[in-house]
Amino acid sequence: MRVPILKQGEYLIASIQSALTDQDLMQLRDDLADRAGRFRSRGIIVDVTALDVMDSFACRTLRSLAYILRLRGAQTAIVGIQPEVAFAMVQLGLALGEVETALDLEEGLVRLRQGKLRSASSEK
Amino acid sequence: MVLQRSAHVEKRAQDNREVSKHDATAALLRELVAHLRENRTQLREEWVRRITESKLLTAMTRDEIFAEATSVYDKYVAVLESGSVESLQAYARDLSERIIPRGVETHEVVGIVLLLRDVLARSLFKKYQSDFGLLNRVLDAYEPAANRIANTVAVSFVQERERIIRQQQEAIRELSTPVLQVRERLLILPIIGIIDPQRARQVTEQLLRGIRANRAKVVVIDITGVPSVDSTVANHLVQTVDASRLMGATVIVTGLSSEIAQTLVTIGVDLSKMKTVGDLQGGIEEAERLLGYKVMMEQNSDEPR
Repeated sequence: MRVPILKQGEYLIASIQSALTDQDLMQLRDDLADRAGRFRSRGIIVDVTALDVMDSFACRTLRSLAYILRLRGAQTAIVGIQPEVAFAMVQLGLALGEVETALDLEEGLVRLRQGKLRSASSEK
Repeated sequence: MVLQRSAHVEKRAQDNREVSKHDATAALLRELVAHLRENRTQLREEWVRRITESKLLTAMTRDEIFAEATSVYDKYVAVLESGSVESLQAYARDLSERIIPRGVETHEVVGIVLLLRDVLARSLFKKYQSDFGLLNRVLDAYEPAANRIANTVAVSFVQERERIIRQQQEAIRELSTPVLQVRERLLILPIIGIIDPQRARQVTEQLLRGIRANRAKVVVIDITGVPSVDSTVANHLVQTVDASRLMGATVIVTGLSSEIAQTLVTIGVDLSKMKTVGDLQGGIEEAERLLGYKVMMEQNSDEPR
């Protein structure tokens, strides 16, 4: 199943609706990398509220996605990780590294906006 | 054929003997009960005297001991009479409920029941001293019943005690992890007592649920009340912090005493990824700064209202 990607101003929002196969995840990564460049996006939000499992492959793909997008000039935030998922992830030792995380979509947008402001003010 | 019949007759005779033995025991017990009823006052007083002498039940006054002794005595006699320990069981449970909070120990309860057994046995010795054979038969009837009673009381007491312990453990478990909101989007989680793996897991789960329910952005975990931190506990803390971060909350750990900090450095736990502040006040101030709150004292506040 392909993940729908919505454009909202200078942000892209990918809302995962159901469990994804490894193939779907790589497709999502490629789609996002492609569109972030096409729409000149500043921030990408991946909403994982509907996921109740995050395996090591998913974590690695999201981590590399964030890295790829940073190289293309966009920040990434993963939002909506469920308490059970978060707990399982730390127990399994899975990490998202330096990727931004936020409670939900709304928080994620705030986080990205703040991040942008911060980098803008530090440039001055 | 003849042999078979004689075996049959033998068996019937044995049955008869058993029945008559049972009857004899019942008759002896009846006699015993009558004896105990007759000498109720004297035996009861003797028992209370022995209890006080052995310094048992020191948490209770003499009158209380006498009142309890009376009802235990009556129940005891009733059990000997009916052979059913059920009412005694219920009474022992009720008694335990009343005396456990007053600090009565297991050995005291077992001790007084055994004392009663001894007092009654003595009185039997005295009564039947002239007829040794009868005394033996009376004791044969009395001893199993008395032992069963002692057993029942002790077991009821211990069971009641265990029930209370279980209940309290449950209560402690529920009380032990309050997740409190002190400001909009700021939670504090004071941890008091020893953290074992089970509790650490529960703390983490409760915190993560709290983060989602209160939409928290910053969490202050205060471990002032944690007596010792070893590498296991430190690992649990790191896991909690990581999991909270995945849910978009920043965690500040406060209350690391100098001993704990030294231990952690000595055993080489890496807490560099964790934000730590000296005390809870500092932690809350730091959290307010992160959230953009500014707390200031009101002007002209030197007049107390």
